[in-house]
Amino acid sequence: MQEKKPNVWKSVTLGVAVLLGVLVYAYGAEVTRVNLSELQSERRQESLVRVLRAIFRPDLIEYDQVLEPRVAPIYVPCPAGGLPGDMSVSQDGSHITVTPACGAPGDVVHVQGFNFAPNVEGPLRFVPGSDPENPVALGQLIANTDAQGNFSMDFTLPNRESEDVQYIRVTMRQNEGLPYFTQNARDTWDRIVETVFMALLATTIGTILAIPISFTAARNLMRPVRSPIASIALNILGWAAGIYLAYQLTLWIGDFTRSYVTVLPLALASAVLIPIIANLAIRWAIPVEDEVNPPLALRVTRGAVIFAVIVLGIYAFYALAGAMSSLGPQLAARFSGVAFLGNFLFRMGQILTLLVPTIAALLGGGALGGMLARIGQQATERLPNGAVKTMNLVLGGLVGAVIFGLLGSAAEWLYQIGNPVSTLWIPAAVGAAGGVLLALLTQPKDTLPVGTALYFVIRTILNALRSIEALVMAIVFVIAVGIGPFAGMMALALHTVVSLAKLYSEQVESIADGPMEAVQATGANRLQTIIYAVVPQIIPPYIAYTLYRWDINVRMSTIIGFVGGGGIGFLLQQNINLLNYRGASTQMVAIAIVVATLDYISSVVRERYT
Amino acid sequence: MLQIRNLTKVYDSGVVALDDVSFDIPDGQFLAVIGLSGSGKSTLLRCINRLIEPTSGQILWDGVDLVSLSPEEMRRMRRKIGMIFQHFNLVNRSRVLTNVLAGRLGYLNPAFSLINHFPKEDIQKAILQLERVGIADKANVRADELSGGQQQRVGIARALMQDPSILLADEPVASLDPVLAHSIMKYLELINQEDKVTVICSLHFLDLVHRYSDYVVALNQGKLVFEGGPKKINDAKFKEIYGKDAERVG
Ligand SMILES: Nc1ncnc2c1ncn2[C@@H]1O[C@H](COP(=O)(O)OP(=O)(O)OP(=O)(O)O)[C@@H](O)[C@H]1O
Ligand SMILES: [Mg+2]
Repeated sequence: MQEKKPNVWKSVTLGVAVLLGVLVYAYGAEVTRVNLSELQSERRQESLVRVLRAIFRPDLIEYDQVLEPRVAPIYVPCPAGGLPGDMSVSQDGSHITVTPACGAPGDVVHVQGFNFAPNVEGPLRFVPGSDPENPVALGQLIANTDAQGNFSMDFTLPNRESEDVQYIRVTMRQNEGLPYFTQNARDTWDRIVETVFMALLATTIGTILAIPISFTAARNLMRPVRSPIASIALNILGWAAGIYLAYQLTLWIGDFTRSYVTVLPLALASAVLIPIIANLAIRWAIPVEDEVNPPLALRVTRGAVIFAVIVLGIYAFYALAGAMSSLGPQLAARFSGVAFLGNFLFRMGQILTLLVPTIAALLGGGALGGMLARIGQQATERLPNGAVKTMNLVLGGLVGAVIFGLLGSAAEWLYQIGNPVSTLWIPAAVGAAGGVLLALLTQPKDTLPVGTALYFVIRTILNALRSIEALVMAIVFVIAVGIGPFAGMMALALHTVVSLAKLYSEQVESIADGPMEAVQATGANRLQTIIYAVVPQIIPPYIAYTLYRWDINVRMSTIIGFVGGGGIGFLLQQNINLLNYRGASTQMVAIAIVVATLDYISSVVRERYT
Repeated sequence: MLQIRNLTKVYDSGVVALDDVSFDIPDGQFLAVIGLSGSGKSTLLRCINRLIEPTSGQILWDGVDLVSLSPEEMRRMRRKIGMIFQHFNLVNRSRVLTNVLAGRLGYLNPAFSLINHFPKEDIQKAILQLERVGIADKANVRADELSGGQQQRVGIARALMQDPSILLADEPVASLDPVLAHSIMKYLELINQEDKVTVICSLHFLDLVHRYSDYVVALNQGKLVFEGGPKKINDAKFKEIYGKDAERVG
């Protein structure tokens, strides 16, 4: 058995730790200005009660009201020669009486009302001046009739002395007809719809972009990706050239077709016919079987056919976009009931026109990059060592120069240094030297872990972006695209991409290796292995995370309006600033309902699909 | 004819899993690989289709050295080498039919995998293979709804889709009860005899080795310690393979 010795040091350390803890929390309370006595002050409690009461009476519905003003004469102070004789009011129908009918300021008089409608209410006021319909009135009291339509209450006369007669007035208000929604309620509805769709679009766009990114941020998929230097260099050069060429080509096709796409029948016909032709051509040009070394002539023809299909396809997209843009407004004008559908068509057409060059550029980069990488790979395998070494030196230097030159140009664009020697030539030289050095230090046929490198770059970017709150991103987008839901949607979408890509990639990293190994062993290539062994495994967690993100986006979109990002937050903030708490309450209720409903729906979906 | 020449595998951790292993496998042989847990059986099988890259040595298949092939050439070569696994390695959430069709992927243009398209002939072939292993009625069931024995039969059907010349089987029956073990081994025997497929199968139980294999190689700590017919494993050889304190069971 071990003997327990009292350990002085241990006790001292514990004491110091406790002391430190006390200090930390004391300082925390100081800087956060914890102040409970403020909460108990009468002023605070009064406003708190007022706000709470307003919040529990959301400004939702109202009625048309009929007003029933009744007055009774009063003198303040009592006239020296006594009250004039004729002070009577009509005793028929509803009326009020004041006793006594005169008094000094501060005196209490008794006001009684008779024959009003039962259980209605209205303000009881002192009307200064001798006009009983004077809109200026003093007092805070509300008179409530009982079940018989009578009321009786005390009224303190205000400090408004006059020799003439003045009046006490009660204006009974009675609801008439059916209730209807207030302007505030209708605004809330509009904004909450905007909010929900902002979240929907942000989640959809974010998910679509996050899926491919998540694969490149998964260590287990990227680690085996290794390539020889020549292949990497040609791949990067291919991407750069492919993006540039495809972008220019697409713009050129767009210019060329601009005059044709506005002719609606032509545009529609090409949007329908070209996919059919393209489908047939592709069926011929892309064989189902994996062929070993088909003859060169066949390969070239196939390449040409695919290129033609791509050019035609770009044209078809422009035609489709043109047709949508011109059809949309016509539809909207013709069928005003579903104008939003026409507008949607128009908007989609516009977006398509904008997106086609970007997507084409990315695809072009991928295609050319992939093709050149393959050439580099084969050259490395077939050429003798000496030739490969020379190739590596040249390509390594070239690609290093290009990368660093581009980085330098980016710096130039950001900081406007205006000195091409230091922003272009020196970086290019440094990059070239780096590339050459890398080629010198490696064996000619060595493969480099590009996958791992890419993984680290993408992970770093994701982590950096993820630490920026969506609200902060929204501020940037408000500057970029102006105040409104579009800015909010973009901010949410960007935040969705980075956070989902991270969560997704962790799921990819945790899948079972067995199926991947098995599919790979059949002779499937990397793409096929991912589609048949990885994708089926990640579908349930992807759905779960997407729904989880959708929840977050709905919540975020309710407050993103605080910084101008559209949605219901804008209205809420406005009402809070105007101290219109009943209005703000409506928005809060709406947010609560929407969040709770979507939370429930997503939990049901999650249960069903996972 | 498959010739293993001086095959060595040293893992990054420094473990020598295969140490200068050489032997020949004639076409059509049913080869059993035996040895203690950790002796390098799985490593040997995975070096043959290069799921694991050997550190040195050669694997000559009809004179072609598999170790020196480029990744793309090796991928094409893998189509002729089927593999089945102790834990079946099916894609649990996919249908049985999809799992079987995956055996065909090496022969297809990857572009079509993006749209999950298989030629009609391949689908017919897949159903035929499922009939052969007796579970055609389960074609549309999710793989994880099958029992262990059924899952291994799906694994066999998947390997058969490749029209393999060699079948690697890494402890194919270690997760199954003895009755099922025999039924799976009988399918392997059938494939070996009817389709003339070379079978290389790692096994733990000597009665299975005696019953099914033509030839045996034994590994101990990565070294080849025995090769010969299964009948030649007498008590002395047994102690050499499994260590002095080992007792024969079964
Ligand atoms: N990926 C790896 N990294 C490092 N060492 C490994 C790896 N895989 C296996 N080993 C080691 O290599 C040796 C051989 O392993 P292997 O899996 O080939 O043995 P085995 O004979 O198949 O064993 P079992 O019967 O348990 O399956 C073992 O010592 C093991 O720990
Ligand atoms: Mg093993």
